[in-house]
Amino acid sequence: MPMFENLSDRLQDVFGQLGRKGTLTEADVDTALREVRIALLEADVNLKVTKDFIKRVRERSIGAEVQKSLRPAQQVIKIVNEELVATLGEAGRLNLSGPSPRVIMLVGLQGSGKTTTAAKLALHLRRDNRKPWLVAADTYRPAAIDQLVTLAKQIDMPYYAETIQSSPPDICARGVEAAKNAGATVVILDTAGRLQIDDHLMAELEAIKARTNPAEILLVADAMTGQEAVRIAEGFNQRVGLTGLVLTKVDGDARGGAAISMREVTGVPIKFLATGEKLDGFEVFYPDRLASRILGMGDMLSLIEQAEQLYDEEEALRLQKKMMKNEFNLEDFLGQLQKIRRMGSFSKILEMIPGVGNLRKQLNINDQDAQQRMKRVEAIILSMTPQERRNPKLLNASRKKRIAAGSGTTVPEINQLLSQFRDMQKMMKEIGGAGGRPPRMPGLR
Amino acid sequence: MGSLVRGLSRTRQAVFGRLAQALGNTNITEDTWDEIEAMFLQADMGVPTTTELIKRLQARVRRDGLTKTSQMNDAIKAELRGLLNTPVPLNVSGRQLSVIMIVGVNGSGKTTTIGKLARRMQLNNRKTLIAAGDTFRAAAIDQVQVWGERAGVPVIAGKPGMDPGAIVYDAVEAANARGAEILIVDTAGRLHSNFNLMQELKKVYAVMGKVVPDAPHEVLLVLDGTTGQNALTQAKKFQEMVNVTGLIVTKLDGTAKGGMIFAIHQELGLPIHYIGVGETIYDLVPFDPDRFVAGLFDELEEKES
Repeated sequence: MPMFENLSDRLQDVFGQLGRKGTLTEADVDTALREVRIALLEADVNLKVTKDFIKRVRERSIGAEVQKSLRPAQQVIKIVNEELVATLGEAGRLNLSGPSPRVIMLVGLQGSGKTTTAAKLALHLRRDNRKPWLVAADTYRPAAIDQLVTLAKQIDMPYYAETIQSSPPDICARGVEAAKNAGATVVILDTAGRLQIDDHLMAELEAIKARTNPAEILLVADAMTGQEAVRIAEGFNQRVGLTGLVLTKVDGDARGGAAISMREVTGVPIKFLATGEKLDGFEVFYPDRLASRILGMGDMLSLIEQAEQLYDEEEALRLQKKMMKNEFNLEDFLGQLQKIRRMGSFSKILEMIPGVGNLRKQLNINDQDAQQRMKRVEAIILSMTPQERRNPKLLNASRKKRIAAGSGTTVPEINQLLSQFRDMQKMMKEIGGAGGRPPRMPGLR
Repeated sequence: MGSLVRGLSRTRQAVFGRLAQALGNTNITEDTWDEIEAMFLQADMGVPTTTELIKRLQARVRRDGLTKTSQMNDAIKAELRGLLNTPVPLNVSGRQLSVIMIVGVNGSGKTTTIGKLARRMQLNNRKTLIAAGDTFRAAAIDQVQVWGERAGVPVIAGKPGMDPGAIVYDAVEAANARGAEILIVDTAGRLHSNFNLMQELKKVYAVMGKVVPDAPHEVLLVLDGTTGQNALTQAKKFQEMVNVTGLIVTKLDGTAKGGMIFAIHQELGLPIHYIGVGETIYDLVPFDPDRFVAGLFDELEEKES
C-alpha cells in the first residue's frame, strides 16, 4: 500500500537537509516548509488545507516551543507529525449502537467504488459477528443491481433488490424492513453514484435518509481524487450529513492527500481504507499509522497485526524458545518463509518497517524477483529429507547435488542459502543471549 | 453541444469566475501572482505546470509591458492554449476494420464512454461492434450490453471469468466476418500499479494484432476528470504498457477542472479526443482546445464587459 510514499520520501529529504545543520533558523523552517507545501500539493492535499497546515506548523516551529532535548530538525518533524495526526483525526469506528437493524448508507460520486465497498463492508461486519444485509439501491447505472447481487452471492450474503422501475427511497425502506424481518443487525444501502451538485439526485439521498434513519452515512471516495475532494466532501456533508469516510483504491500509487482534505473540511473521521479487487481488501483506518508513514517512519503496527493473524500464540512461543536455544532449523525456516509469502509482496512488507522507505528504493526490490527467489528457496528446502532440514550439517556434496536436481536449482544456490541460514542462526543466538530477554519480533511475544 | 456548454460553464464558474473577481482592474502585484497560482493549483494543474505557466506569464508581462491585472486574461488564455495542440482525428479510417481499445483504472467510466462512443460511430454510418472484454467485474458484461442496446450496436460477449484475451480474439474475428468497420474493445478496470493485471492487459493488446496485423489502431485511456496528480502517473504507465494513443476525460460535468489535461498533454504529448459531460448517451463531445480554453474564460469576459 504505497500511499503517501512520495510525500514521506520528500519530507525525509527535506528534513535530512535540516538535520545536517546545527541550528534551526526562521529561514531554515521556511525552506523546509516550502518543500512540505509542495509535497502536500503534489499529494493532492487541497491548497487551502495545505496553507492552514503550513501556518500551524510554522507558528509552532518558530517560537518558544523548541525543546532542549531535541535537535531542531527532530522538533520540526515532531510538530509536522503531530499536526498530521491531529488533521487526520481519531481512528474511525462505526457507531452501530441502538435498535437493530442499524442502517449504513453509502454515498459518493460515480465510479468511486460504492458497490464493491458495500460487499467488502458486509464481509467485514460479518467477521465482526454481525448479521449484515445488502440493499441494491442504484437503479440508474446499467447492471448496478446485478453487480451487487453477483457480489452478494459470491460471499453468500443476504440481499434485497428490486427492478429499476422502483424508486430508490422505496427500495431502501422495503429493504430495511425485509432485513429486519430476517433478523439482520446491519443493513448496508448501496446508492447510485451522483455529483454533489446534482440537486435532484441529492434530494433523493435526503429522502432515503428520511425513510431509513441511518446510523452511519459514509462517503466513499477515490484515493486518487484531486483538489475536487474538498467540494465533493462538503457537498455531500451539507446535504445529508456524513458520519465517516471510506477511501478506496488505496492499493494504487496515489499519494492520497484527498483523505487529509476531506477530513479537514468536514471534520468527519476516515473510517476505512479499501484496497484491491478481492472482497477482503478492507481495513480499519488508523491516523497515527498513516501519519507515521507520511513521515517515513513506517507502519510497524500494521506489520505486527498482519503477522499476528498468521501466527498463533503457541507456535510463536515454541519458535521463540527454539531460537533462544539455537535449535531453529530449516524446517522452521520453511514454515516462516511460507507465512511471509502469505503476508503479501516483499516491498509492501519492507515499507511497513521504520526507516526502510528509502532503502527499498535504493535496493530497487522487484516483487516478482523476490517472489521468484523465495519460491526457489522453498523448492530447495522441500527437496531435502526431514533429517537434512533438522540438521543441515548432514548436507555433503552428493546430497547437495541430489537436492539441486530435485528442486531445479544449482549447488551454489544451495550453498548460498545454507550460509545465509548459518548467519541467521548466529544472529538469533546473539539476540537470544542478550540479557536473557526473549527477542521481540513481530507477532512473537 | 448543449451539454458541453453546461458542463464547461460549471467548470468556469467554479474557478475562473473567482479569478475574474480576484483580478479586477488593479495593478499587478505579488498578490495577483499568488491568486493566479492558487487558481492553477486548485484546477489540479499540478506544481510543475503551474510554476512553468507563471514563469511564462511573468515573462510575457515584462515583454508586453502589462501593468493592469485586467490585461492578464488574454495572456493567461494564450499561455493555456499554447499548452494544447489541435487534436488529430481518431485513426479509424482508410482500412476495412479499425480497432479501438479502451483502457483505464477502476471506475474511470470506460463502459459508459464506450456506449457513448459507439453511438457516435454508429451515427456517422460506421458499422460498429463492441467487445465485452471486462470479464472480471461483477455484471460488467450486462452493463456494456445495456449500453450496446442504447447505442444500437451489437456486443460480442463471453461469460464472466473467461479469459479476456480469448473474448477479444473472437470479437476481432467476428468483426472481420461481419464486415464491421469499427470494433470498440472494453477492458476491465485496473490500477496501473498492479503488475499482474497490467501484464494481462498487455496480452489482450497483443492478441488483436494476431487477427488484424496493425490492431489496435487506437488505444484510448479513459481518465476520471476528478483525478488529481496521479492522472499523469496513470497515463505514463498505461502508455508504457499498451502504447496509449489518446485520452478521453470523463466526469467534467461536475465542478472538477480537468487541469491535469495540461500536464499530461505537455509531458506525454497525448491528444485528448473526447470529454464526458454527463450520464446520457449524448454526453460525449469532441475535445476542442480553443473552446475549452475560451470556455474557461467566457465568464471572466462577461464579468468585465
